[in-house]
Amino acid sequence: MPEVLEVSGLSVDYVLDRGDVRAVDDVSFTVGRGEFLGIVGESGCGKSTLLFAVAQLLAPPARVAAGSVNFQGTNLVGLTDSQLSAVRWRDMSVVMQSAMNALNPVKSIGAQFRDAMRAHGKPAKDEIEARSAQVLRMVGIDPVHLHSYPHQLSGGMRQRSMIAMALLFTPDLVIMDEPTSALDVVAQRSLMVQIKELQLAYGFAVIFVTHDMSLISHFSDRLMVMYAGQVDELGATRTVFDRPLHPYTHGLLEAFPSIRGPKIPLKGIPGNPPDMARLPSGCRFHPRCPHAVDKCGQVEPDLVELDEVMVRCVRRQDGSLPVTAGQEGSLSR
Amino acid sequence: MSIPLSLGQPAGEPRRQSTSQWAASHALARMGRAVRSNRKATVGTVLLVFFILVALFPGVIAKDNPSADAYKPHLGLSTAHLLGTTAYGQDMFAQLVWGTRNVIIIAFTVGLATTAIAVLVGVAAAYFGGLWDSSLGVLIDVLLVIPLFPLLIIIAAYAHGGGTLLLIVVITVTSWSYTARQLRAQALTLRSRDFLEAARVRGERRLYIVVMEVIPTMTSLIVASFLTNALYAILFASSLQFIGLGDPNTVSWGTMLYWAQNNAALQTGQPLWAIAPGACIAVLGAAFALLNYAFDEIGNPALRPVRKRAPQPVPQPAPRPARGSERA
Amino acid sequence: MRFALRRLGFFVLTLWAALTLNFLLPRLMPGNPALAMMAKFHGELTPQSLNALEILFGVNTHKSLGAQYVGYLHQMLTGNFGTSLDFYPASVSSVIGSAIWWTLGLVGLTTILAFLLGTGLGIVAAWRRGGRLDSVLPPVFVIASAVPYFWVAMVLILIFGISLHWLPYLGGYNVTSDTPGLSLTFIGDVLSHAILPALSLLITTIGTWILTMRNTMITTLAEDYVRMARAKGLPGRRIMFDYAARNAILPNLTGFAMSLGFVVSGAILIEYVFNYPGVGYMLLQAVQGEDYPLMQALFLLITVAVLVAILVADVATALLDPRTRTAG
Repeated sequence: MPEVLEVSGLSVDYVLDRGDVRAVDDVSFTVGRGEFLGIVGESGCGKSTLLFAVAQLLAPPARVAAGSVNFQGTNLVGLTDSQLSAVRWRDMSVVMQSAMNALNPVKSIGAQFRDAMRAHGKPAKDEIEARSAQVLRMVGIDPVHLHSYPHQLSGGMRQRSMIAMALLFTPDLVIMDEPTSALDVVAQRSLMVQIKELQLAYGFAVIFVTHDMSLISHFSDRLMVMYAGQVDELGATRTVFDRPLHPYTHGLLEAFPSIRGPKIPLKGIPGNPPDMARLPSGCRFHPRCPHAVDKCGQVEPDLVELDEVMVRCVRRQDGSLPVTAGQEGSLSR
Repeated sequence: MSIPLSLGQPAGEPRRQSTSQWAASHALARMGRAVRSNRKATVGTVLLVFFILVALFPGVIAKDNPSADAYKPHLGLSTAHLLGTTAYGQDMFAQLVWGTRNVIIIAFTVGLATTAIAVLVGVAAAYFGGLWDSSLGVLIDVLLVIPLFPLLIIIAAYAHGGGTLLLIVVITVTSWSYTARQLRAQALTLRSRDFLEAARVRGERRLYIVVMEVIPTMTSLIVASFLTNALYAILFASSLQFIGLGDPNTVSWGTMLYWAQNNAALQTGQPLWAIAPGACIAVLGAAFALLNYAFDEIGNPALRPVRKRAPQPVPQPAPRPARGSERA
Repeated sequence: MRFALRRLGFFVLTLWAALTLNFLLPRLMPGNPALAMMAKFHGELTPQSLNALEILFGVNTHKSLGAQYVGYLHQMLTGNFGTSLDFYPASVSSVIGSAIWWTLGLVGLTTILAFLLGTGLGIVAAWRRGGRLDSVLPPVFVIASAVPYFWVAMVLILIFGISLHWLPYLGGYNVTSDTPGLSLTFIGDVLSHAILPALSLLITTIGTWILTMRNTMITTLAEDYVRMARAKGLPGRRIMFDYAARNAILPNLTGFAMSLGFVVSGAILIEYVFNYPGVGYMLLQAVQGEDYPLMQALFLLITVAVLVAILVADVATALLDPRTRTAG
């Protein structure tokens, strides 16, 4: 099976007193073996919820309302924790945003590694020690820190030890939720480079969620842009960058300056993301779109393939916004 | 290094009040709504209102004079004496009803006074910081650690027991530190919040900031403080009266228990004399406690009751026909 | 280390505050209560006891307040608490000595039991959110927290002591038929007399443990590291104990110490109702007998006990939390 992960029609609801709110709406995508998929979007677009749903880590009041998450042939939706434990960590692992919050503050790093290893099989004590030391070295941390507690490490070291922990079993898929957001710029870059190196060396697939488009563009193979719970654009990174089809993607790109390109005025996207309980009619982006016409407020567009890229835009699909207009990516090199 | 992508201003009503005053009235409205929807809060409110009404209009329910020992003692239940009479020939039901007034007065007075002191000290300590904070903080902590009830006993003992006023004063003076600590903690977290920085930058004076911005934001905790203090006021006051340190001639639930204990009510077949006032204390206390707990849940949604749903089958997507780009 | 020193300093400060309160209170009351007491006992006291009383209460001396204070502190710190008036001519220390063991046994064991049981139930209730335990517990124990301690004792006495005649309810042992000693019958007697008081104390105090542990657990369960533990496929029990409970319990330990004040209040009232010969009962006897030296000493003893317990809890927290261990 060529694909590691196939997500079909996944929808996630938050069950609230005032009515259910759909945070992720009918999302479908695949991740191939060894592929690096970047998921980009503003805060609140549902990308983290999507990630937790894929990893089956949702907690009430969130729940999967529809769809399937096919991981190497098995649908993970609906499985119990004990059924999932066969897959967890061995084939699919997770790296979270803040290592300070994601690591148990009262246990040493080594103890947490040990817990993970003991949860899947009965490795001998020296096996555990050897492997723990090995993964720490893989991310550039001295194995003496196995005895350290999370609060004793620097932010960057904590994040890298989380990644090391995620690689204990060299899984086929590593899901990362904004692992660099809590770091400073320099640490961000070096962490990304390290992740990419490890990925190329060990061949695991990565789903990387972030709001930082410029950072991810250098490392991902494919890019998925999310807005208000939906996928708005999905395609090869290069293609999406050189020729963004969705006006939102275009807006995101224009908001990040190029360090080498010509000086252009920065443009943000006016307005705010919608309240998920009170979505606009028709296309969810149309109130903020510079190319919106009446039809955009009336028709809810589907995600459709257009020139090797999946895009959700009324005007692109009916041809009224030809691909030639407004396509200059400001990051062309 | 990500630049904010949205540069819009939230469209909205022009701001007539400060954010925190809006927050305060919003909090009160939210509480009103929550009281109606949260079962615990509704029960608590109903009970509390019931007792307040009884305290305000005791004559409506109980016609007899509670202190008059005009009847035959040790009478059992009857229509004339709903709960029988005490060993002194007083109508127990009347005592119970009229005693409500004393308890409610103590509960509300102590509750309000204690909360007021707690707010003053707690917020002052947090907001004025520095030496104020250290000294007030230490004062709070020391008072917190000294066991309150023994201290109350000692003070009341030196005063040879006293009436309701003494009870109120003594309980207020000793028990404000508990909620002061909580309020100080919350005020400390608010200190660094953005809207306070904005007020400071606007040039508002510190006192103004404290009164108009910080306190309204702490509305729910202040209400919770009041409820907690009222509850403990009832328990402490009845306990003091029970051991004889209140004025035994006041008509109150605690004093009824005192007389019941003195006459070995349980052993001599008059259990109601002890059980009834105790039950009333429990119910009124429960009203405060329920309201307090309900507000806890309202403030922290994670604590709300979770109804376990039966696992529902997750609908799978229907296979979609491939679509080309020929859409009208 | 620095943290430990700071805490120790705090306790010394609190002890000093309690001592000073003890010193000031009788002198602050209108019409020094000690005068009345001394008049009552005047004929029966030796000159030394009279002298000690004067130092304690500041009557009939021409020394300045400051000199009195120094003399008082000296007396207290050397363990000379004077002569008891109720139990004249026994010294206060010897009188207390006999009562301490009863209270330690009752309160100590019950509190430990309540803590263990309560924390355990709280953990399980939070883990099985939405289950039967979780939905029943909060309202039940909210109400339980509002019930006066002595009332629970009375109800238990009524049911198990008087109606069913299953258990004794007066005193620590059967004074008429038993002599203290290590005989099996004596021990059995002590135990059977301890059941109802212990049960009362357990019922009234366990609610807090369960509820606070449950609430802290719920917050902890929402933490990222618990989610991570799930993501790693760790077995449920390990997550519950190693990742959630171990973190949730830390703030509870200090809360445990804080609430000791309430446990102490409960113990006093429960000992009173059962005539259980512990320190609490003795305090109330001293109050009724106007035995001020005894009263003062008991108050100090209770304060010291609470302080020590808090210190122990603090040390335990520090030992269990690696963040404090390695940091300072």
